[in-house]
Amino acid sequence: MKHGRYPFIIGFLIVPVAIYGTFVVAAYLQAFQLSFTNWRGFSPEVNYIGFDNFTKLFQDNTFWKAIQHHALLLVFLPLLTIILALFFAFLLNVGGGSKGGRTRGVWGSKVYRVVFFFPQLLALALVAVIFSRVYSPDESGLINGLLNQVGGEPILFLADKNLALWSILAVLVWQAVGFYVVLFSAGMGSIPTEIYEAAALDGATRGTLFFKVTLPLLWNTLQVAWVYLGIAAFDAFALVNVMSVDRGGPDGATTVLGLEIFRNMQDYAQFGYASAMGVVLFFLTLTFAALTLRVTRRDAVEL
Amino acid sequence: MTNLRTDVSTPPPGTVPYPGARHSAAAAGDKREIKIFSGFAHIALAIWGLLVIAPLIWVVLASFKSNTEIFTHAPFSLPSQLSFETYKTAWTEAHIGRYFLNSVFVVAVSTTGTMVFGSMAAYVLARYKFFGNRFIYYLFVSGLAFPVFMAIVPLFLILQNLNLLNTYTGLILVYIAYSLPFTVFFMTAFFKTLPNQIAEAAVVDGASHTRLFFQVMLPMAKSGLVSITIFNIVGQWNQYLLPVAIMQGAGADEKWVLTQGIANISVSAGYQANWAALFAALTLSIVPMIIVYAFFQRQIQSGLTAGATK
Repeated sequence: MKHGRYPFIIGFLIVPVAIYGTFVVAAYLQAFQLSFTNWRGFSPEVNYIGFDNFTKLFQDNTFWKAIQHHALLLVFLPLLTIILALFFAFLLNVGGGSKGGRTRGVWGSKVYRVVFFFPQLLALALVAVIFSRVYSPDESGLINGLLNQVGGEPILFLADKNLALWSILAVLVWQAVGFYVVLFSAGMGSIPTEIYEAAALDGATRGTLFFKVTLPLLWNTLQVAWVYLGIAAFDAFALVNVMSVDRGGPDGATTVLGLEIFRNMQDYAQFGYASAMGVVLFFLTLTFAALTLRVTRRDAVEL
Repeated sequence: MTNLRTDVSTPPPGTVPYPGARHSAAAAGDKREIKIFSGFAHIALAIWGLLVIAPLIWVVLASFKSNTEIFTHAPFSLPSQLSFETYKTAWTEAHIGRYFLNSVFVVAVSTTGTMVFGSMAAYVLARYKFFGNRFIYYLFVSGLAFPVFMAIVPLFLILQNLNLLNTYTGLILVYIAYSLPFTVFFMTAFFKTLPNQIAEAAVVDGASHTRLFFQVMLPMAKSGLVSITIFNIVGQWNQYLLPVAIMQGAGADEKWVLTQGIANISVSAGYQANWAALFAALTLSIVPMIIVYAFFQRQIQSGLTAGATK
């Protein structure tokens, strides 16, 4: 068995490592390198300009706008999604009351789960196209068409500076909730029913059950959910690129870092500047993930 | 929650607590409360279910309407006639058929590649000790921490240098490369859990390393492979940023994948848009997902949530 061990190991690793090294590792390393240059893709030699890109970035209004939008998404996307998903998962799992001392889910909980989960399967780009029609400012839109039926004034979801980002946030929540309902349901399902029964016998109301039993036992799953949704809040590129009025508008009211990176690369060929934004995005994501895991750390409740 | 209530329901010492011990009056009250609660639960769940389904039904309905009908009729009114004209337009003029097949081709090749290379690397990293093992493993796993946006500029330049910009080869290689971190991470953990005895028995029987992998270990890892394959298919099928960055230039629109094609119809629709055809295009890309989901919903749900539970 010793025979042919290393040729085998090398033979199995060489292709994946080569592909990964070329397109992922090299790309991330170059991103750091490029962020210190003013390279625009034409000249053969590359000029290093130190931290100039970053100083320019911190004086860039659009950049700060994007950061503010990420901050808003970072608070509300996880918050709304997790609250809704927890609520629905709880109803699905223990909403049916107890029979013979056993807590049950509501009738038809399987069907609900299947339906809720479906948006997760649709590409965000596709969801973006659907909702840019749903939000259409005239009667051809789903919402404004309905409003028109009852004689209401049309709402300019994506053209209104104060509404645009919230409209996009709503779509993100719409898509995400089902996934977390399934995730939390699985977590709740693994909580032994005896615990619920014991608590119920002690006279615990459903509210108490939820806050004193379900929530603490689900803490780790919630933590994972928060990190995932937070990372999603740093993205939102597909939605903003497809849905927003002139890409990131109106008047920069919906722009996100991903879009700015893309714009600087595609439209202005500012490769160095775009890379600097990418580096900042990386450190933001990393800080967020580390902070979340640190702040929310608790001793897991052992069952 | 008052102390009184707790006291009442606490059984006196020495008795065995069981649900039937409560008075029948309290039980009846409980029943009614459960009924109300369960009714409330159904209403809340049904509302969200409706919110999820309504836009999709609306899209399908609108795909059969004419452009004027879309503007003048109520959103959920039935189309005045069942015509597939819009679908013809979506298929031929908006090239939905082509984009769809492009997506199928790209995802079929890249998911296969991801699974083959990912499980090969994961297997070696999980079950063989050698110099540099940990280094390579962490190199792969660290890829999970980086946002793709950070790599997008250099990636564009790398592909340009390799003459792979605007080619399927380039797109497929990039899909594979960016799917490897999670695949390797997940499959390494999976291969580690497989029992040693069977592998040892195969070795005693004279199986080579390669045969051991393909004929013994891979079949044993089937459940993990299925989950992660679904995860990769869905992820790559829905990918938008990478194709938008890579498939551009002369003649690129021939090679676009579905997400790109649909997004482009919507963005470039402009003033004289044929919304009905856009709705038909949307329907054509949603319906296959519904069919696949109907058959494999259990596997899909567990495949997609696998990432969060590991």
